[in-house]
Amino acid sequence: MSAMTYVEQVLARASGRERVTAGDIVVARADLSMANDITAPLAIAQFERAGARHVADPMRVFIAAGRHAPFRDAASADQVQRVARFCAAQGIERFFGYGEGMDHVLAPEMGVVRPGMLICNADSHACTYGALGAVGVPFGSTDLAYLLAFGEIWMRVPATVRVEFHGAPGVAITTKDLVLAAMAKTGVDGARYMAVEFTGDALACFSVDERFTIANMAIEMGAKTGVMFPDAAVERYLEARAPHAVAGAAHAPVPVPVPVPHADAPIAHTWRIDVSALTPLVARPHLPSDVVAADSLSGVRVDQVNIGSCTNGRMVDLRQAADLLRGRRIARHVRLMVTPATAGIYRAALDEGLLAVFLDAGAVINPPGCGPCAGWHQGALAADEVCVATHNRNFQGRMGSKTAQVYLAGPLVAAASALAGEIADPTALLQETQGAPR
Amino acid sequence: MKVLGRVRRFGDNIDTDAILPSRHMVTGDPQVLGRACFGDLLPDFAASVAPGDVLVAGENFGCGSSREHAPLALQGCGIACVVAASFSRIFFRSAVNLGLPVAECAPLAQRAREGDAIEIDLEAGTATLAGQAFPIAALPPQVLDILRAGGLVRVMTQRLQAGSGVPP
Ligand code: SF4
Repeated sequence: MSAMTYVEQVLARASGRERVTAGDIVVARADLSMANDITAPLAIAQFERAGARHVADPMRVFIAAGRHAPFRDAASADQVQRVARFCAAQGIERFFGYGEGMDHVLAPEMGVVRPGMLICNADSHACTYGALGAVGVPFGSTDLAYLLAFGEIWMRVPATVRVEFHGAPGVAITTKDLVLAAMAKTGVDGARYMAVEFTGDALACFSVDERFTIANMAIEMGAKTGVMFPDAAVERYLEARAPHAVAGAAHAPVPVPVPVPHADAPIAHTWRIDVSALTPLVARPHLPSDVVAADSLSGVRVDQVNIGSCTNGRMVDLRQAADLLRGRRIARHVRLMVTPATAGIYRAALDEGLLAVFLDAGAVINPPGCGPCAGWHQGALAADEVCVATHNRNFQGRMGSKTAQVYLAGPLVAAASALAGEIADPTALLQETQGAPR
Repeated sequence: MKVLGRVRRFGDNIDTDAILPSRHMVTGDPQVLGRACFGDLLPDFAASVAPGDVLVAGENFGCGSSREHAPLALQGCGIACVVAASFSRIFFRSAVNLGLPVAECAPLAQRAREGDAIEIDLEAGTATLAGQAFPIAALPPQVLDILRAGGLVRVMTQRLQAGSGVPP
């Protein structure tokens, strides 16, 4: 009998079983149930329609409204008002309704995401928490209603595949380039219904904040979840975010055992990526897996550049972009938008002087959240416009007009493209910047 | 659980942004959402659906955003069942939870053309397209139970009533 994979160990523990294998159907208890301003209202409506009256475990619920806030219109304001009232009535204290930021960045930042947890979020990018060794699984709103009512949910145990990153990255290589390189191999459904383990020596070259970018896009490979094995960097990240210090002792997550990876656990398939051979990458419209070298697209004129999202809206991303933008102006015809993912990041960027760098370069700074990514509000694209975005999806029509063209890239490519006014490989500019005295 | 209808043909990787653009997600009313179904890419689609139409698509149907408003919109505009070569996981669950039948059948998805007559029998695990029968992937019993009940909300109600001692 082979050992259990990381995700199998988490699901076995959460479902009270000694052992589970891929294909088993289990009823698992969620360590945390989450939703946002878009998915929570429908979940609450279904909860009420079913005749449920009490949330099973309000201490294990986390809802953040980061898509619309500040509200776009009366209808979206009404939706969030409804969620706020529900949370107040049910004793859900972890509700963040206005400007605190968006769930996938806020929850880890607050220290409520811990390794080994099973986190069920009514949002597809639940896999982001995998960078901390938590198993984040996305659900729809009715599943979330069920989770609110009973604290548990049925799931099929996924098979596990692996993406291994090896080698030392070049100066202009970010984790976005790593995950886009992986997307090029897996396609948009290579990991459908499966769990992805991201491993390899190259991961140690990147901070935890940078690793979130990789875990975040597991869903773009079709996966149910994605995980990385927690290491010393994760431990340090967690130490700095002791949850009781942020939200009170009663809110500290229930400690869960952290799985031990076993070498003989069944891995259905492995993709290997040589990081040392990578150049900065871009995914072309309208598929996140249509990946090409950034410099192959020079000459493609850009109208808008977005830096932000649950993929690349953290401090490390803003720092990388600011490194290139400092002391420079973006091209006249370009609109540059920076959207810090949380209020904490906004504040830190202010303290570090990054917001001044962006403003001086000609950027607009959005309130914390992720409004532009799916065209919720702020920063929609007009017909035929070209956008470079540090987001995770470039589906047709997602950011505005159906004829707009969205290219996905990391913060360095985005900043370099804003400066050049066309899609640009940041390598030369970065070398020039690093060589120059500050 | 039988569905009898007409094929509406779609391709691979149909994402939930395409099925229901984000700006419409300020309501959970299936009728209102139904009118916006595929609204940006295929503005005439919603009005052209006859109740009972069966959406037949290729690989990875419903990929992307977890928005349950997408299957709700399909239901709202009159789609009775979705058949695809494969589904994205969240869409599949959400459709089942809403009581919208879904069936995985790659050979049928390859063969079907717009307007073909189609019949799906989920319990029997067969689909018939223009007289030819295809086996559909068996659904786990948990999934069939939810569909039989008419969706997860009904299952919740049953469990709540059983728990509180009130007969269902
Ligand atoms: S940044 Fe984009 S993908 Fe991420 S949660 Fe927000 S809308 Fe969704």
